[in-house]
Amino acid sequence: MMDKNFEPRIVAFLCNWCSYAGADLAGVSRIQYPTNVRIIRLPCSGRINPLYIVKALQNGVDGVLVSGCHPGDCHYISGNLVAGRKFALLKNFLVHLGIEPERVQFSWVSASEGPRFAQIVKKVVNEVKEIGPIEKMVKRL
Amino acid sequence: MHKRVLVVGGGIAGIQASLDLAEMGVEVFLLEKGPSIGGRMAQLDKTFPTNDCAMCILSPKLVEAAAHPNIKIIANAELKSLDGEIPNFRAKILKKPRYIDEEKCTGCAICMSKCPVKIPDEYNKGLSKTKCMRIPFPQAVPALPIMDRESCIYHQRGKCRICEKFCEADAIDFDQKEESIDVEVGSVIFASGSEEFDAAIKDEYGYKTFPNVLTSIEFERILSASGPTEGHITRPSDGKEPRRIAFIQCVGSRDMQMGNEYCSSVCCMQAVKDSVIVKEHLPGVEATIFFMDIRAFGKDFDKFVNRAKDDYHTRFIRARISAVEIDPATENLIIQYNSEAGSLIEENFDLVVLSVGLLSTAGIRKMAARFDIEINACGFARTSSFTPMTASRPGIFIAGTFSGPKDIPETVMQASGAASAAASLLTELPIRELREELPQEFDLRGEQIRTGVFVCRCGINIAATVDVPGVVEYASALQGVVHSQEFIFACAQDSQKLIGEKIKELKLNRVIVSACTPRTHELLFQKTLSSSGLNPYLFEFVNIREQCSWVHQKEQEKATEKAKDLVRMAATKAGLLEPLSRMSLKVNKGALIIGGGVAGMVASLELSTQGYEVFLVEKESELGGNLRHVHYTLEGEKTDRFLKSLIAKVKKDDNIQLYIDSEIREIMGYVGNFHTKIGNGKQTTNNKPRELEHGVVIVATGGEEYQPSEYLYGRDERIITQRELEERLTKQQSAIDKLGSIVMIQCVGSRNGQYPYCSRVCCSQAIKNALKLKEINPEVNVYMLYRDIRTYGLKELYYKKAREKGVIFIRYEEGEEPQIEAQNSKSEQQASNGEVLVKAYDPILQRNLVINADLVVLSSAIRARKENKILSQMLKVPLNADGFFLEAHVKLRPVDFATDGIFVCGLAHYPKDVSETICQAKAASARAVTILRKDEIEAEGRVSQIRKERCSGCGLCIEICPYTAIELEEGERVAIVNEALCKGCGACAASCRSAAIDLKGFKDEQILAALSVV
Repeated sequence: MMDKNFEPRIVAFLCNWCSYAGADLAGVSRIQYPTNVRIIRLPCSGRINPLYIVKALQNGVDGVLVSGCHPGDCHYISGNLVAGRKFALLKNFLVHLGIEPERVQFSWVSASEGPRFAQIVKKVVNEVKEIGPIEKMVKRL
Repeated sequence: MHKRVLVVGGGIAGIQASLDLAEMGVEVFLLEKGPSIGGRMAQLDKTFPTNDCAMCILSPKLVEAAAHPNIKIIANAELKSLDGEIPNFRAKILKKPRYIDEEKCTGCAICMSKCPVKIPDEYNKGLSKTKCMRIPFPQAVPALPIMDRESCIYHQRGKCRICEKFCEADAIDFDQKEESIDVEVGSVIFASGSEEFDAAIKDEYGYKTFPNVLTSIEFERILSASGPTEGHITRPSDGKEPRRIAFIQCVGSRDMQMGNEYCSSVCCMQAVKDSVIVKEHLPGVEATIFFMDIRAFGKDFDKFVNRAKDDYHTRFIRARISAVEIDPATENLIIQYNSEAGSLIEENFDLVVLSVGLLSTAGIRKMAARFDIEINACGFARTSSFTPMTASRPGIFIAGTFSGPKDIPETVMQASGAASAAASLLTELPIRELREELPQEFDLRGEQIRTGVFVCRCGINIAATVDVPGVVEYASALQGVVHSQEFIFACAQDSQKLIGEKIKELKLNRVIVSACTPRTHELLFQKTLSSSGLNPYLFEFVNIREQCSWVHQKEQEKATEKAKDLVRMAATKAGLLEPLSRMSLKVNKGALIIGGGVAGMVASLELSTQGYEVFLVEKESELGGNLRHVHYTLEGEKTDRFLKSLIAKVKKDDNIQLYIDSEIREIMGYVGNFHTKIGNGKQTTNNKPRELEHGVVIVATGGEEYQPSEYLYGRDERIITQRELEERLTKQQSAIDKLGSIVMIQCVGSRNGQYPYCSRVCCSQAIKNALKLKEINPEVNVYMLYRDIRTYGLKELYYKKAREKGVIFIRYEEGEEPQIEAQNSKSEQQASNGEVLVKAYDPILQRNLVINADLVVLSSAIRARKENKILSQMLKVPLNADGFFLEAHVKLRPVDFATDGIFVCGLAHYPKDVSETICQAKAASARAVTILRKDEIEAEGRVSQIRKERCSGCGLCIEICPYTAIELEEGERVAIVNEALCKGCGACAASCRSAAIDLKGFKDEQILAALSVV
């Protein structure tokens, strides 16, 4: 049952060197995308503790986007690969818990891919809109 | 005396040269004739091809120049005389009165607001008014007012003195006199710039007669958020938004009548950029550019032009406009032009923008004569292709448009190059040691959180979308926030000052700036914190421009809500920030230079001259790179001799360790401390070490000529490339003598779907060779089939010469490339008289042409080397879509990479000619010296931290760390971090099974705190 007015709350964890720069480039190029995303800048996708994603969902965030440098481009040599391995496991685990796979998405965006960043945001927002607000895992007081 | 240099001119050229010199330990006097540094760049709205806001990228440089302890800015002053020689020049400077005591003035600008006299605002090209007592523009440096004596009522009529009455600092000085300043310097850089062409001279365009005819710089001001209309595009006659705008190119350039035969290089891209920006402001507007050739010869320029055509629907009409008429009823402007089909078309426009050229004036010529600087036929400082920043007078160097029109990155490269050249003369003198005295940091122990939130309007860049006062008010109620306010430009010097004052006054111990992107401005604000006694890591940056206002332009409410959310998250995180300290790293004084072409060799010699050890690695068995195939320049200089002497110098230089036939196997490490393994091919030159330690890397790996697959190349001997023609012109002229007809085809492998870039040098190279052909045999017919002739700058003179000599230029459109038919192949039958038929459509004659050619010469593209990919991965630096190395910033950091200590020059960066390559190579060495000359540099503050009591000594972090920065402590079985090696990626922290590791500045608790209030 899709609520047409549902505006999901999305958190994006971006690495400083590629994806955050890509998001900046989307801005410099004035590529418009939905306002739902709150970006958290981290030095590297390898810094992202899986706990952050779990906590975000528990806090009622409807979707999480994680983005780092393309494989081979990591500013810290291999952080994105470390991240990739971790997230593959986490995703399986979340699906096992009944979290829709669309809620947690991973992508690679380089510093020169402003349009791609905007496109990914649109995709994530639309897909999360489709599945509706998060119910599972949310801690309610 | 220590090293000292005088820099004349405070535009971007002078600023860049000063900053580089200052970082090299040279004391700089930066002389500016206007009241503020910044030059023409300060008046631009945005910069092509990225549409970065000009002021946003310039302003941090202005602030940096003002704050640098090695730079003394002397504004509102002129150089009167320059005597002496290297290294003892004596300069006499005349500082004109501002009528302000600079020591007392705080720049509060109350005098400006109270001054009753309005005068035309020069910064806005007279399109708006300012006060007789005014600060030239919001980001001005020095941020001090200046009085216009001619319009001051007190000075003219003896009454008023209102400014004096309101000045609380008692800084007004009506009797201030000219001041003479003498300085002694070792060398001098002239970065005195050029002037804009006075469009009123070409009265057929109606400038100053018709109100709706503007110059390109005036239009930049109108586009600018800080301009006369605050970025609302209106036309002067009635204040209405224009629907149809025409740009007329080459006004005062490429114009024999005006005596300016050269091309001004920048106006094509400026007009294209303006056509795009105007469309962003007014979606319904139609922009038309009337041009002769679109000269999009720089890196990623053609892609930008294509975007303007395809996405923004800019109309490009190839026509030289002879006059602009007015419709008196509407004050619209009427332009008549001949279409390519020959019919006369008349169109009506609301606004006409004249793309005025850059030129040397009588004043500039006189100034040059006064200081014994020779100028060329076009009135610009004379330089040679091999010494592109050296003036005729020894000890004097040139940067920027004083030596000819050029865009910002070219200017910045020449400026850095000039800095290197100027410093190279002064190697005997000691450097000026700078110890920045920072105030003692506040002791925060036991203090409550006191956060200050500063929200930037960025002109209208943020404020047009985000409700800035709303965000400020919202922030004021957040926990821990004791102060919140807005700025028009948070990056401006006065804003920095105010933040510092607020820190002290309100005892702020956390600062949040909500503005543009931390990637460009974090350092600036952190410096402000440090100089105010606050640890620079007690700072949070909130990006509400690139990641909010610019990407949500149509959703103002939601964008404001997002900005508030982001500020709330930052405020929550800020409460948990801790002061951090940085450790110092030793700098190895060696440089690795990859590539032994001109770029690599020039950079090597430059560094060697300054006393640093160089490891020059060349994969081939001889030095020289691509220049081995170039035998003379367009200007007629012999490259062979230059190259020979360059190679000889490199070979006998004791500071240069040469590795021929060698390849890079591995590069590890970081700025100041790189370790490189060199593998060798066929031979080794004696037993040099194959493992090197060095402090910096310069990438000078060059490019390569495209081997065409089109136009029967390789299948018929009569079809050759320009490079092959040049070889024949030099070595087998007899074979050339017999030729009757030669066809040159431009853009082979350039500017197509797969390779959308322009190879920049081919037009000039073709014209150079065409002129040589005509010189050998004036009877020979040379046809050049081209798309646009891109002889930018002073190269244009040779295009004209080629036309005069009878070279026939025929244009073709993309998609209508010439066709080639070989009658019979000469390779099979040497004696045959067969010809090659070249078929092309002539858009002017509107018919197909068939040319019988004895020889067809293809101007084939310059390609990025395929090996770039491997090197880029080793160095962790990016390539652009075409495979060339991607610099840190296309405008202001043209030789740096985002990664410290690595630089690029030559064709590895983008196609360029020998003179531009030398400029960039010297620029790269200047930038390298700014690191090499320091014994220590500071490491990151945001590094990993291990809580020993939690560590189980499992060693997983050691495996994960890409920098081998973690090891197990002997005995205790716990991991320890080497802070010098740690780059702060945080992979160990996120992977630790016992949660024993955290990353300072991005701690788990800090991030989770931000997440808890999303």
